[in-house]
Amino acid sequence: MTFIRAGLTLLFLLATLSSSGAGEADLRGIIAKFATAKGFSEIGAVVHELAAAGDPAVERPLAALADGNLYLRKADSLVFVGKEAGESVQLSDPLSGEASGEAAKDDITKIKVNNTLRRVIRDALGTLTLGAKDPAVRIAAADTMFKTPDAANIGPLDAAIASETVSSVKALLEQARAASVLVSDRPDGDKLAAIALIGARGDRDAVSLLTSVEANSTDAVRQAATAAIANINSTLAFWDAGQNIWYGISLGSVLLLAAIGLAITFGVMGVINMAHGEMVMLGAYTTFVVQQVIRTSFPGLFDWSLVIALPLAFLVSALVGLIIERGVIRFLYGRPLETLLATWGVSLILQQAVRSIFGPTNQEVGNPSWMSGSFNVGQLAITWNRLWILVFALAVFAILLYVMKRTPWGLQMRAVTANRRMAASMGIRTPWVDALTFALGSGIAGIAGVALSQIDNVSPNLGRGYIIDSFMVVVFGGVGNLWGTLVGAFSLGIVNKFLEPYAGAVLGKIVVLVLIILFIQKRPRGLFALKGRAVEA
Amino acid sequence: MRGNFSTITKMFSASVVAAGLLMSAPAKAADDTIKVGILHSLSGTMAISETTLKDAMLMLIDEQNAKGGLLGKKLEAVVVDPASNWPLFAEKARELISKDKVAAVFGCWTSVSRKSVLPVFSELDNILFYPVQYEGEESERNVFYTGAAPNQQAIPAVDYLMSEDGGSVKRWVLEGTDYVYPRTTNKILEAYLKAKGVAAEDIMVNYTPFGFSDWQTEVSAIKKFGSAGKKTAVVSTVNGDANVPFYKELGNQGIKAEDIPVMAFSVGEEELAGLDTAPLVGHLAAWNYFESIDTPENKKFIADWHKFIKNDKRTTNDPMEAHYIGFNMWVKAVEKAGTTDPDKVIDAMIGVSVPNLTGGYSTMMPNHHITKPVLIGEIQADGQFETVSRTPGLVMGDEWSDYLPDSKDLISDWRAPLSCGNFNVATGKCGGKGTN
Repeated sequence: MTFIRAGLTLLFLLATLSSSGAGEADLRGIIAKFATAKGFSEIGAVVHELAAAGDPAVERPLAALADGNLYLRKADSLVFVGKEAGESVQLSDPLSGEASGEAAKDDITKIKVNNTLRRVIRDALGTLTLGAKDPAVRIAAADTMFKTPDAANIGPLDAAIASETVSSVKALLEQARAASVLVSDRPDGDKLAAIALIGARGDRDAVSLLTSVEANSTDAVRQAATAAIANINSTLAFWDAGQNIWYGISLGSVLLLAAIGLAITFGVMGVINMAHGEMVMLGAYTTFVVQQVIRTSFPGLFDWSLVIALPLAFLVSALVGLIIERGVIRFLYGRPLETLLATWGVSLILQQAVRSIFGPTNQEVGNPSWMSGSFNVGQLAITWNRLWILVFALAVFAILLYVMKRTPWGLQMRAVTANRRMAASMGIRTPWVDALTFALGSGIAGIAGVALSQIDNVSPNLGRGYIIDSFMVVVFGGVGNLWGTLVGAFSLGIVNKFLEPYAGAVLGKIVVLVLIILFIQKRPRGLFALKGRAVEA
Repeated sequence: MRGNFSTITKMFSASVVAAGLLMSAPAKAADDTIKVGILHSLSGTMAISETTLKDAMLMLIDEQNAKGGLLGKKLEAVVVDPASNWPLFAEKARELISKDKVAAVFGCWTSVSRKSVLPVFSELDNILFYPVQYEGEESERNVFYTGAAPNQQAIPAVDYLMSEDGGSVKRWVLEGTDYVYPRTTNKILEAYLKAKGVAAEDIMVNYTPFGFSDWQTEVSAIKKFGSAGKKTAVVSTVNGDANVPFYKELGNQGIKAEDIPVMAFSVGEEELAGLDTAPLVGHLAAWNYFESIDTPENKKFIADWHKFIKNDKRTTNDPMEAHYIGFNMWVKAVEKAGTTDPDKVIDAMIGVSVPNLTGGYSTMMPNHHITKPVLIGEIQADGQFETVSRTPGLVMGDEWSDYLPDSKDLISDWRAPLSCGNFNVATGKCGGKGTN
C-alpha cells in the first residue's frame, strides 16, 4: 500500500511540476474507466490514476465516490455524480457539477466502495486538498497525512508550510512533515528533530507513529523514539485518570437523571414505584413522536426538537403518573408489598401498550447537530451529548430543589411527608398533594427520558434497564433526600468507571453491588438519612 | 409479616394455576388441518427481534395455504408467547406438542432458550427449526439449524478482515455481550487467530452485560488498543439493544470505519432501523442474507413481506431468510415422506434442497445444518448493507468447531447406521463431549 501511495504522490509531484496538469478531456477519459472497472482493485487503480492527474478538479468525483454518490448510467455507461431525491436520483456532471437530469434508481448502478478504497481516496484527497481555502479542510488533510506518513509527502508539505498563514494549521502541517521525515531516508539529525516535534504532540496517534518508527530504525533514532513514547505515555496516564473521572461524572449524571424522579415518588412519598422506568420510556417515546412530526412537517426545526419535546414529555408522563396515582396507588398507601406488585403490573401494561402502538422494534431518535461529535480538552475527548446531559441533569436537580425548598407547594409536600396527620390538621389537602407529588416525580422521569433517548435505545424495554440502578441510587443516597440522590449518583458513577478498566464491565458492576450491600448493612438509611413517613413506615 | 407473605404467595400461585387451567382448555381437534407451532417471544426483552419472525412465519404459512396447503390439508399456525422467559420456552414447547399436537415447531432465538427446549423435543419426539446464527457445538436429532454455524459467519468474516480487501488487519478486539454465544464464538476465533499466527498481545477480549448502555470506557479502550501502529479491527458479538449505544459512542468518539472497522455478527437491518447510520458507513456485518441482495426471489420476498405486514418500511433480515429456507425444506420433506409424522420427516429432511433468497440453493446436510453463502456487507447511509465480499461457493455448516481442542474430533451424521450427533472419530465412539 505504501508503495502505491509513494508512486501516487510522486506522480502528483511530477504533474504539479510540469504545472500544466492533465487536460479536462484526459480526466474525462480516466473517469470513463469506472464504467469498465471490475472489483475493488480495478476501481482502486482508476482512483490512483485520477489522483495522479494532480488536477484539483478530481476532488469532486473522488469525494462523491467515497460517499457512495458516484453512479453509472446503464443506458450509455456514462459516469455521474448523483444525489438521491426520493425514488429518483438527480445526476450532475462529475467534473463541472452541471445538472444532467434525473434517473430512476433502476436505470443507474452505484459504483461500490469499501473501507480500503475509502482510505485510498482519503489519502489521495489529503495531498490534493493541502491548498484548500477552508482551514478545516487543510486540517483534515494534515491529519490524514500525519496518520499515513510517506517520504514523498515532504515536498508538497514544505510548499504548504511556506504558504500557510494560520498558525494552528501550520503546526499540524509541520507535524505531518515530521511524520513523513521519519519514514524517509533523511539523516538521523533530521529524524531526531522530527521525533522531538511529534513527541510534543503527545497524543495516541503520536504513540502509534513512534511505535512503528521504533520497530525499524537505527540505534540513535530508536532510543529517541523509545524515550519519546515513554514520555508521552506518562502524560497519557495522567489524562487516563482524568478520563475515568469524566466518564464517572457522565455516568453519574445519567444515573441522577434516571433516579431523580424516583427520589420524589419513592424517596419523598415512600411509594415503591416499579413503573418508574416506564415513565422514562414514555418521555423517550414522546421525543420520538415530536421528531417524527418535525421531520414530516417542519424539517427546519429539527435542532429544536429536544427543547420542544421537554415540556410535552413532562406533561405526558405527569398525566400518566396522575392517572396511576388516582387509579391505583392511592388505595394502597401503607401497603408496600401490594404497591410493588400493582406498579409492577402497571409497568407491564405500559410496556405492552407501547409495544402494540409503536411496534417492538427500536425507534430512531436523531441527535440534533449540537449533540453530535466531540471536542478535546488536552488529551481528553469529551462528547457533546454527554456534556449536555450532565448540564441538563444538574439543571433539573436545581429546579427540583428550588421547587421543594422555596415554593408553597414544596412546603406542603414536605409537610405531608414529615407528618401527614399534622399537615391535614393544618388544612393541607393531603390527597391532592400526594397526587401532584406523584405526577411531579413521573413528569421528571419523563424529561429524563428525553435526555436518555439521546444515548440509549428507544424501545419498550428502555425503562427496564434503569429501574434497578435508580432504586440503587436512591437507597444508597438516603431515602427522602435530594442531595443524597445527587451524591449517590455521582459516587456510584465514578466508582463504577474506575473499576471498569481493571475489572471489566461485568465484574465492575458486581463489585459495586457488593459494596452497596455492605454499605447498607452499616448504614441502613443510606448516606443522608432523613426523618419522614418513608422512614417511619 | 412472614405469615402474611406466605398467604399472598399462596393466593398468587393459586391464581396462576387457575389461569393455567383456563388457558389449557382443550383446543378443538380438527383433522383437516396440519398444525405448525410458532415459539417466539412476543413480549419481554427478546420481543424486539422475535416478533418479526412470528410474523414472517405467519406469512409463509398463509402463502403455502394459498398454494393449496400441504398433503391436501390446510396449515394452521399455533402461536404461543414464551415472553423472553427461558423456562417458559420449555413449558410452551410442551404445550404445543402435547396439547396442540403440532407437526413441527419454528422458534427460539437465544441459545439459552434453545437449550431449555431441547429435552422437551427429544422426549416428545418433535421437530424444531432454529433460525438464528449460533455458537455451534451442538447437533440434535430433533433440531434443524437453519441459522449460521461459526464457520458460516465468524471465520469467513475474520478471513475477510485479514485479506487485503478487508484492510490486512493485524490486531483484534473481540468485544461481546457476556453469555454463551459470544464466549464460545470468541473462544473459536481466538484459537483460529492464533493458528493464523496472531500473537496473544494483539488480541483483546472484553465482555459487557446484557443491555449495556455506557460504552465510554470500552470505546476509549478500543481507541487506545488501536493506536499501537498496527491495523486494528473490532469483531463484535454484542447482542441486541446494547448495539445502539455502542455505535452511537463509536460515532461520537470519531472512530471511523476506515481506521478501526467493526465487524458485527448480531447487527442486521432490524437493529440499524433504530439508528442514524450516517456516521457508521463502512462498518461491517457478516450474514448469509442481506435485504439489499438483488435477486428476483428476494425482491418477491420483500414485496410479499411489505404487503403482509402492511408497512413498506419494515426491513427483512437474515433469520427471516433462515425461516423461509427452513419452512420450505419442511414442506418439501413432508411431501417426500407423505406424512407429517416427525420420525419420518426427520429422515426425509436430509438432502432436501430449496432455493434461498440470495440466488442459489440451500441443502440440508446429515448434521442437520444447511449450506449457505457467506456475505460480508458494509453499512450504508440508508441503513442497508452493501455486499463487499461473498464466498465463491456455498459453505457447509460445521457444528463441531475444528479449532477447539474438545470438539475437533467430533462429527455429526444423523443418517442410519451412524445416527449420532457427536461421533468421536478418534475413539470411534458415539457420545463425545464438546465444550458446552
